[in-house]
Amino acid sequence: MSQSNLDTSTPNTWCPGCGNFAILNGIKKVLNELSEEDCPPEKFVLLSGIGCHGKIVDYVNVNSFYSIHGRSIPIAEGIKMANSGLKVICFAGDGDAYGEGLEHLIFAAKRNIDITVIIHNNRLYSLTAFQYSPTSELGFKGGSTPNGSMESPLNPLELMLASQATYLARGTSQGMNLLTRLFREAIMHKGFALVDVLQVCVTFNNLYEYYAKRVYELENHDPGDFQAAFNAIREWDYNSDSRIPLGVFYKKEAPTFDEKLISSPADLKRRDGKIRQFLSKRM
Amino acid sequence: MQDFSILIGGSAGSGVDKSALVLGDLLNQSGYRVYIYHDYPSLIRGGHTFSIIRAAQTKITAHRDRIDFLLGLNKETLDIHKTRLDDSGKVICDSEILKEAALPKQIRTLAIPAVKLVKEENAPEIMRNTCLIGAFAKAAGIKIELLEKVLRDNFTKSIDKNIKIAKKGYDASELMESISPPVHDILPLISGSQAMGLGLIKGGLEVYVSYPMTPTTALLHFLAEQANEFSLKVVHPENELSVILMALGFAYAGRKTAVGTSGGGFCLMTESLSLSAMSEVPTVIVLGQRPGPSTGLPTYSCQSDLHFALYAGQGEFVRFVVAPGDLEEAYYWSASALNLAWKYQIPSIILTDKNLNEGISNFDVNDTGEIKENDPYLWDGTTGYRRYEDNKTGISPLAFVPDKNAVIKVSGYEHDESGITTEDAVVTKKMQDKRLRKEKHLAEELKSFPTVKTYGNEEQTTALLCWGSAKGICVEIAQKLGLKVIQPIVLSPFPEHAFREAIRGIKKLIAVENNATGQLVRLIKAHGIDVDDTILKYDGRPFTLDELEKIVKEKIA
Ligand SMILES: Cc1ncc(C[n+]2csc(CCOP(=O)(O)OP(=O)(O)O)c2C)c(N)n1
Ligand code: SF4
Repeated sequence: MSQSNLDTSTPNTWCPGCGNFAILNGIKKVLNELSEEDCPPEKFVLLSGIGCHGKIVDYVNVNSFYSIHGRSIPIAEGIKMANSGLKVICFAGDGDAYGEGLEHLIFAAKRNIDITVIIHNNRLYSLTAFQYSPTSELGFKGGSTPNGSMESPLNPLELMLASQATYLARGTSQGMNLLTRLFREAIMHKGFALVDVLQVCVTFNNLYEYYAKRVYELENHDPGDFQAAFNAIREWDYNSDSRIPLGVFYKKEAPTFDEKLISSPADLKRRDGKIRQFLSKRM
Repeated sequence: MQDFSILIGGSAGSGVDKSALVLGDLLNQSGYRVYIYHDYPSLIRGGHTFSIIRAAQTKITAHRDRIDFLLGLNKETLDIHKTRLDDSGKVICDSEILKEAALPKQIRTLAIPAVKLVKEENAPEIMRNTCLIGAFAKAAGIKIELLEKVLRDNFTKSIDKNIKIAKKGYDASELMESISPPVHDILPLISGSQAMGLGLIKGGLEVYVSYPMTPTTALLHFLAEQANEFSLKVVHPENELSVILMALGFAYAGRKTAVGTSGGGFCLMTESLSLSAMSEVPTVIVLGQRPGPSTGLPTYSCQSDLHFALYAGQGEFVRFVVAPGDLEEAYYWSASALNLAWKYQIPSIILTDKNLNEGISNFDVNDTGEIKENDPYLWDGTTGYRRYEDNKTGISPLAFVPDKNAVIKVSGYEHDESGITTEDAVVTKKMQDKRLRKEKHLAEELKSFPTVKTYGNEEQTTALLCWGSAKGICVEIAQKLGLKVIQPIVLSPFPEHAFREAIRGIKKLIAVENNATGQLVRLIKAHGIDVDDTILKYDGRPFTLDELEKIVKEKIA
């Protein structure tokens, strides 16, 4: 299958230079590669919330569910529980997944349900025209906080580690090679996987240079070591100007919720008899 | 005795519910038709809880204030409920408790040394109720063999101990008044929640998702317990937002799914109710009403969420709302609501309440009416797939992931026929028209369903108008007073034609509702129909026969 088969004719409305393009190109590349291997495109379902990131499902010609702000994850879980043979990928904004729908993220991780979550983390709300988000730095001046936000950011990866996620990684919209590798690994990981992508919003908060100066790829890091993962995740708190590690922080094999939930298909023909049987016991 | 009631009461945790089931079963197996009403506060231990078990010759779904037997597990029960006894009333209770209670002289009492008997057997305190059940059986002239059988049927743990204690109670008791049950085929005794669960199963349910909330918790427990038997997936996620979202995910992947909640949980679901309508991914919501606003009275009942069910969710969209009034209707309409949600790709709401969900009565599976098999409109694979194809009915073809010939794109954003986002004015109007068009076809199909029922004297010009769980009591009173009853069951799309047929010739229409503002009254007014009078009750308790009969008599005098 050629790459163009995944394109739709929908005009792209992201700002030129937006980091979302990197995520879009990365995911198309990975989907193409995987469909050439053993995973045909119809087995993928993409989901998104609402925000600039949400438009991504319109730009990829595979099954999708364009959901509502903060709520794509439980829908993804439902799809996966319905059919564990599917590959279910959620695209979410930082406002979307770390703010509006945070509880779902924590519980999906806790269940270790086999879905992939890719966060377009531009560290602000872009579609609603520039407000601070759960990962904006303290003092962030946005439309709702003209004098600077009064809250320190959340470290979402630390939160996800505590919530028992089994694959945690960070990439940026500048580093395509790493990004596609992480996407591929996250999708192939059996269990709950989250990739936090530092996606640059050129229009409201152009951090290309800021990140370029600070990011580095983890080396000699053992993702199977919880303590090492914890330390690496805490190197940058989304607030300070420290170095920013990229790559896979944590990876662990564990039973998934969807495989535990498997039930035999319902035999609808035998139901009437079973209903009567139930009732006869109540006489 | 043709029609009599037993009240058993005690503190929460003393086994009142279970005892009521056993007593109900005892009378059911004797040949009566039975109705059980549970009244309990929202706590796990202490407080006062009671159940009324009413036995009659014909099917009933209402209880009386007046009782014939009072079984008290503590003194409080006697104090609170003694006024329900008339001169022929009988009290069965522990000897010590009876000594302390100042009961009127004319009331016949039976003192059973229940505390002592249970202690002698080294049995747990909770078995005092089994002891009183044994005493009741003797007092009512019920054979010991039947008592033993019923106990065996109802207990899974400590069966022999329970039987032993019950026999002690039986032996310590004496005949007070022999019951004279009618000869009937025995019908199963189940709760409204069980009838709904079985109805959903009958309709093809594959998945149930719910977060516990009275009065639908028992439905969650029931389906979880039956999950293996019927190959269901039953999931209890983090909150109701997640409940309905997961359900949408399951349904998108082709699984017939239902959710259950009460008003508070439904508040959290409304954003996704609207998503269901826009994405045309079917959902079925069992909405069990309880008094509000807010937490209200968690374990009591009312009918105050009709307009919430009719209008919840942003935007304008087609929904199916149905309010069954008894077990047979709960079964029939739960199956039908699931089928219709899938055929029309819309949200369906089964509007119930605590009375219907937790009330227990006889269920006749042969008397539910034929449930129509209504297959969803599936894509035939011949032309290119468009999830939201615009056509004459507005019902677009369904396909489910994975399908190698179809890309299935659904969306809560306005979208074109392929499911791609649009903000174009022409497409927006066209797609809204497509979705709304489904209502006309749904309404047309519903003409072959019993959307409005009438009972009682068809010639009468005075009718009681009711909906949901108020049906049973209205029918019983109407039969007694020679009135007609009109019960709209489908509330959206409102079956105006059938309703107008039902009220033809009626001069006086009296609405009976368990709410403070007359919600059905407002709904029919919107269709240009006025009621002449209303009887409203909104203290969390259902109408009782004695109470409603008196009010109706005044209204028609
Ligand atoms: C319930 C609800 N609240 C608010 C909004 C408005 N809204 C749309 S997108 C958005 C925030 C977007 O931020 P983020 O999730 O970070 O996505 P981005 O636009 O940055 O990609 C908000 C608040 C909404 N659609 N729904
Ligand atoms: S506003 Fe920012 S995030 Fe949104 S499209 Fe433009 S650059 Fe991208």
